[in-house]
Amino acid sequence: MADTETLMPYDEALERFEPVLGLETHVELGTASKMFCGCPTEFGAPPNTQVCPVCLALPGSLPVANAEAIESTIRIGLALNCSIAEWCRFARKNYFYPDMPKNYQISQYDEPLCTDGYLDVVVDGRTVRIEIERVHLEEDTGKSTHVGGSTGRIHGADYSIVDYNRAGIPLVEIVTKPIAGTDTLAPEVARAYVTELRELVRTLGVSDVRMEEGSMRCDVNVSLMPRGSSEWGTRTETKNVNSLRSVERAVRGEIERQAAILADGGRITQETRHFHEETGRTTSGRSKEEAQDYRYFPEPDLLPIAPDREWVAALKAALPELPSVRRSRLQAEWGVSDLDMAAMHNADAIELVEATVAAGAPAADARKWWMGELARRANEAGTALAELSITPAEVARVTELVASGALNDKLARQVLEGVLAGEGSPDDVVAKRGLQIVNDEGELSAIIDKVLADNADAADKVRSGKVAAVGALVGGVMKASRGKADAARARELILEKLGVS
Amino acid sequence: MTELLRKTAEELGRLIAAREVSAAEVAQAHLDRIAEVEPKVNAFLHVNADAALAQARAVDERIARGEKLGPLAGVPVAHKDVFTTTGMPTTAGSKILEGWLPPYDATVTRRLREAGLVILGKTNLDEFAMGSSTENSAYGPTHNPWDLSRIPGGSSGGSSAAVAAYEAPLSTGTDTGGSIRQPAAVTGIVGMKPTYGGSSRYGLIAFASSLDTPGPFARNVLDAALLHEAFSGHDVMDSTSIAAEVPPVVEAARQADIAGLRVGVVKEFGGEGYQPGVLARFREAVDLLESLGAKVVEVSCPSFGYALPAYYLIAPSECSSNLARFDAMRYGLRVGDDGTRSAEEVMALTRAAGFGPEVKRRIMLGTYALSSGYYDAYYGQAQKVRTLIARDFDAAFHQVDVLVSPTTPTTAFPIGERADDPMAMYLADLCTIPTNLAGNAAISVPCGLADEDGLPVGLQIMAPVLGDDRCYRVGAAVEKALEDRWGGPLLAKAPAL
Repeated sequence: MADTETLMPYDEALERFEPVLGLETHVELGTASKMFCGCPTEFGAPPNTQVCPVCLALPGSLPVANAEAIESTIRIGLALNCSIAEWCRFARKNYFYPDMPKNYQISQYDEPLCTDGYLDVVVDGRTVRIEIERVHLEEDTGKSTHVGGSTGRIHGADYSIVDYNRAGIPLVEIVTKPIAGTDTLAPEVARAYVTELRELVRTLGVSDVRMEEGSMRCDVNVSLMPRGSSEWGTRTETKNVNSLRSVERAVRGEIERQAAILADGGRITQETRHFHEETGRTTSGRSKEEAQDYRYFPEPDLLPIAPDREWVAALKAALPELPSVRRSRLQAEWGVSDLDMAAMHNADAIELVEATVAAGAPAADARKWWMGELARRANEAGTALAELSITPAEVARVTELVASGALNDKLARQVLEGVLAGEGSPDDVVAKRGLQIVNDEGELSAIIDKVLADNADAADKVRSGKVAAVGALVGGVMKASRGKADAARARELILEKLGVS
Repeated sequence: MTELLRKTAEELGRLIAAREVSAAEVAQAHLDRIAEVEPKVNAFLHVNADAALAQARAVDERIARGEKLGPLAGVPVAHKDVFTTTGMPTTAGSKILEGWLPPYDATVTRRLREAGLVILGKTNLDEFAMGSSTENSAYGPTHNPWDLSRIPGGSSGGSSAAVAAYEAPLSTGTDTGGSIRQPAAVTGIVGMKPTYGGSSRYGLIAFASSLDTPGPFARNVLDAALLHEAFSGHDVMDSTSIAAEVPPVVEAARQADIAGLRVGVVKEFGGEGYQPGVLARFREAVDLLESLGAKVVEVSCPSFGYALPAYYLIAPSECSSNLARFDAMRYGLRVGDDGTRSAEEVMALTRAAGFGPEVKRRIMLGTYALSSGYYDAYYGQAQKVRTLIARDFDAAFHQVDVLVSPTTPTTAFPIGERADDPMAMYLADLCTIPTNLAGNAAISVPCGLADEDGLPVGLQIMAPVLGDDRCYRVGAAVEKALEDRWGGPLLAKAPAL
């Protein structure tokens, strides 16, 4: 049984085999209406309330292409450095399935809108160019729910219900060329590509790219070849991998599974596989032998698309600053290292830092808080940074309070904690918790005198020239003031009182 | 038969507008005629008596209020049961759609209603418009009013028979390979296939998307032009509809003057397989054109010989995909859903039970032609032939203004004669198919009766894309000259029912 196959440990698998990847990504466009009719596209409406004769495929109905969807697809293609077809057609992909009302999908076959592009991604400080084979436009299917049965699929179900609200929502498919030479980084490269693609599509404003709502979905192709071989192995296609983490796990899992089979003298079956979030494993789906013949032919109900060259040039000129370009610019503006920039990128912190800087914080401070204290708290809470209940403006205010000397870092952390706990704005938290730095010289002086008296040994060491010992005394002052003292001023006063300058 | 039934649609429109007769009276006269002859003809799948009378009375009220309506307001029309209609079932002649009540009107239906035409009912057809005899209807054949033992043509045989039997002065049809022109020819009436994209396919249940064209039937050329004008024109719901004005078809039908017109006779049509009586009437029609001042030349269209095989790859390919939606999931027949079977099994059982043999044959043909490894040899090659045929037409229309040919190689054949011989049946569309493949316009007008069987013969007049008006101009000229010769319309020679 395919589900109980053994795996080869990842490191061993990579010692013996070289992976080749391929990624097909589907992005639901955020157009107001569906691809071929006027129905709305909002997510989450009651089942079968966003339907009409066209998207239900009632007899006699005809599709009319959504111009905005075509424009969005061309913009994605341009952002991916693709050539835009001068003339192309939709095609029918014929197969029977109850959630596909016409029993054919209007898609594109040998004449995609966009071809031959690339997307550069950075993994471990290394830039990997992912070649794009094609970007094409098609329509989504309805959503089936199979009730009863053990697999959650149509076979063996007691009954199935279908929601056609999703049927006909414009879907862009982005297909990479085979990605070879990624070596041990294959899973990370796959993840980085999908991450970068998601950011690019979001920047273009053509989709909300929410993987958890299915508006971005990935099919992951993996094959292995023995080290030293140049002939690619048989690939499998793992369908509908729906989170960034899953993309990475699916690649890793498939490498481990295929390596074990190949090492055992076995053969990889060309098939589609299903990814299971809970286990990170894949199970066998449809094999190539029983694969469908889709009988593609040009869609006779629609006219060919012939994008005007000047219009395409204008779309290209009007593209927004793309994520990688933006990152380079911000990195230069902020003066941070490649490593720090990559860390911010991986933590999805760049936008937050940028917004914090825009709210008036110095870049270094903004980065310090988001990547330090706040990242730690997000990690503890198991949420994304952006989900924390604190705004960039609030973070900026905290950095301002620190810069003005009203807070030190320790107090600032308490302020952040208060904001996250819903105690109000940074200023509210400062007021409520009484977190002002002690900058009354008289009070500070009294604390210092007490600390010097209690730590006579340390005071003597400083007096005798061992200035390094002053740290312990400053620590004592901070402790005695419960963190509210200004450490720098305390150090100055201690040295003054001990006659060291 | 009351005199009202003999009147042309144009006359009826004028009489109704002038309140000399009410639309309700006209509708009632036709409903009475339907009740009288339907047992013999079987042209209708559904008669819409109450709604038709209500619609007619509404037109009368609007006219009484002084509203200015179109020239066909209040005139009855029989509507091919392949167009969706709210308030009336739509079956496409198939069991798989028995009892289906569409929630929307086809664009053609909507425009008929907007023009004030009174829809008497839905007419019989070969299942999903696949056939040339109306024998492929799941609801029994329609009979030719000239000889009830013969076919009325197809697929729009219900529409042609209804007009030829005076059940309606006008009817709608669809022409994919000849399904308007061939029925018009064999029933002695006028039938027009407009330029592809000149009339909307929205709400027309698709057979072959790149070929299907709605068009009018009438007993004379001017009436056909009026109906053509009423429902044609650009439609945003059909991407393949042409964004251009409807050619001046009514004006052309009234003009009927062809002096100086260049007429091409297609060399490739004629000879073996053509009935002598058909060729004789055709040659007389050509002589007539010459006598009316046209310049007649012979034109060669060498690729036309490949039209039939190309058509029988393209049309089935498209239909195999278009008919996939009939899967028992959302509408129509559902067979085998007893809780024990999978969705796939229910789909298969429903399609096995719901489709007739000709539809299944074409789905099989098309599925094969599109399958991987065969596509290039069949569908791909057929598309190349299509291009060659369009080039033949282009070259011909550089030399001449219109082309003429017999509409069909033979007159109406007996019901049952070709039912088991698909190839013989397919030959009925030999002369009409090239026009569908190229997308241009063509009309069939009566040109006499064949000597050997006394049955009507049609003259086909083909014009370039968007040259629909030429069909009407030439058709009207021929009609006028022949009716002068005959002392009235050809249909007057038909035996009483």
